[in-house]
Amino acid sequence: MNSVFFVVLRRMRAPLILLIVFYAIAILGLTLIPGVNADGTRAAPMSFFHAFYFISYTATTIGFGEIPTAFSDAQRLWVTVCIYMTVIGWSYSILTLLALLQDKAFQHTLTASRFERRVRRIRTPFYLVCGCGETGSLVCRALDVLGYDFVILEKDPQRVEELDLEDFKTNDPALAADARVSANLLMAGLRHGQCRGVLALTNDEETNLAIAINARLLNPDIPVLARARSPTVSASMASFGTHHIINAYERFAEYLALAVSAPERYRLIEILTGLPGTELPAVHRPPHGRWLICGYGQFGQSVARYLTLPGMHLTVIDPSGIDPEELDTVRGNGTEIEVLHAAGIAGAQGIVAGTPDDISNLSIAMMAKKLNPDIYIVARQVQAASDLLFETFRADFSMVQTRVVAQECILRLTTPLLTRFLASLRDADEDWCRTLAGRLEDTCAGRVPDLWDVAITPAAAPAVMESLADGETVTIGTLLRDNADREVRLPAIVLMVERQGHAHLLPDDDFRLQAGDAILVGGRRDVRAICKLTLRNDNALHYLQTGEDKRRGWVAQRLFPRRDGQAPAG
Amino acid sequence: MNFEKVVFAFFIVFAATLNFGFFIGDIDRPEHHNIYELFAAIVVNMIATVLKFGDRTQIGAVHLSTSLVADIQLIIAAVAWTMAVHVTGTGLTPEAMSSIVSLSGGALLANIISVIMLIVETVMMRR
Repeated sequence: MNSVFFVVLRRMRAPLILLIVFYAIAILGLTLIPGVNADGTRAAPMSFFHAFYFISYTATTIGFGEIPTAFSDAQRLWVTVCIYMTVIGWSYSILTLLALLQDKAFQHTLTASRFERRVRRIRTPFYLVCGCGETGSLVCRALDVLGYDFVILEKDPQRVEELDLEDFKTNDPALAADARVSANLLMAGLRHGQCRGVLALTNDEETNLAIAINARLLNPDIPVLARARSPTVSASMASFGTHHIINAYERFAEYLALAVSAPERYRLIEILTGLPGTELPAVHRPPHGRWLICGYGQFGQSVARYLTLPGMHLTVIDPSGIDPEELDTVRGNGTEIEVLHAAGIAGAQGIVAGTPDDISNLSIAMMAKKLNPDIYIVARQVQAASDLLFETFRADFSMVQTRVVAQECILRLTTPLLTRFLASLRDADEDWCRTLAGRLEDTCAGRVPDLWDVAITPAAAPAVMESLADGETVTIGTLLRDNADREVRLPAIVLMVERQGHAHLLPDDDFRLQAGDAILVGGRRDVRAICKLTLRNDNALHYLQTGEDKRRGWVAQRLFPRRDGQAPAG
Repeated sequence: MNFEKVVFAFFIVFAATLNFGFFIGDIDRPEHHNIYELFAAIVVNMIATVLKFGDRTQIGAVHLSTSLVADIQLIIAAVAWTMAVHVTGTGLTPEAMSSIVSLSGGALLANIISVIMLIVETVMMRR
């Protein structure tokens, strides 16, 4: 507000001074020029008061006429000059003001200050999203669904205008500004008390690095997620202590390798890390054996590194003639029949179409399918715009960069416990994973479950804390029952309880809770609200523990005491 | 030499001198206080105020506020004059005149503060 106000004042200086001067000249003239009486004799000039009154209505072109008495010809001559003079003064002022409103710089100041004010007034926790391209908007949509607020900084003004049309539940502030500039980051709430994290998701690695550095230095307490592609940028980000570096290629290659070596564990991770509320992806079972990798760029290299597993034989097809030592290499694009034959497509179990171009990837995949109909196809999709083509083609396994980054972000931000849970899965055997995946699938009816943390603390779970303090027991089974009807079990699973740094995986219903526990729950979205009520409301918790309905307030209990033994069972 | 600074200082000092010129004289005698001088003081003060618009520094803000004080005082003096001559019809009695002149005296004080700040600013620049 302030800066806009000052800009206006500054630009209005010249027209205002001109107006004051014109008024002064006009009034002064009128107080010097003699008037005329009705009988034609000379009268005294106008007083300052009358002169000011006359000029006020004449200059604004209201024009009441010659007041208080008819003017002398000398006065009329002067008034003619005054009229033109003051009209010029007014038009100049108004035109300057209008030009100011049209001015790009001024409008930018106006939107920036409005944005700043809105950010300052945010009272709920929010995330600062830098870069709202395909990945950014996917993340924002997921955050929106999960009920988090966010502030967007995006370089492209047109993209920001498009964001207005996005159907977000909350009206989140967005500004077209360069996120590399510290001032812009601060304006977007980097040091705001409610800022819960910074996401550097722009397409430009250097920008992401700059954002990460800014965030680390200006507000070291909040987590920073940065997207990176090349190892050098990842390394600099890591040296600055960026909390989470998201490299979509590495992440996808890791998943692909996991899907080959431990499909059940991969399936479980896929269910847990999907974007909540979306449909569960199809089951992926990439085969062992001979694989072709088309395109040996950063993506291809990551995939090759991770897929170098026992029982895997990799052949690289790349036009640049790059020749990694331990891999067989064929020079070509991967769309030519001879090249694919030379690489041994006939005996191959799988192919990775991993060039940086969507159309090449599709044509590689289609050619491979033609030459070897049984081959397992992994297709890399670079742009979200190619969605329709890839959906129609139906590769066995698609790598959509934006999706991988978005999932990773949501995972890291919203449920810190899940990271811990996934880490402990590393030693889990396949049967255990299959059982749990099956349970989760049944619980959420084919959709990706919502995951949330529950902390047994006075702030988040006052009712449970009170009950524990009274010496009562609260078990996992209590929490997972419906507080409207305790016979009904809620569609949710407690995945892990973390107690004093130790993780208890899949605790059973008799597991007793203690103060300070952190619980990871996965289930349908509506369960979350029900669970929250149990944690916070004494009566709901009491009902679940004992089956006794106390659902009455303090006043009702005093006024209408029930006779003993009449408390209805739930 | 910065031409803008010259104009700025000119108007501030000019506003103070005109104000002083109107103020000086016996407080209750109309013949010691010229109405054209009051008019000029108001106009020059208003221009000085507008010149101070849009300066975001602390000293600029104080400049603007003292200037606004002077404007208000002088305009009230002019309104009092109008009331005495045109509205109540009592004319410029000693009572009316002394209230007008004392109002302009208040404006003079504000203008003197402006001038002092101008001098302080200049001295600090030289240091």
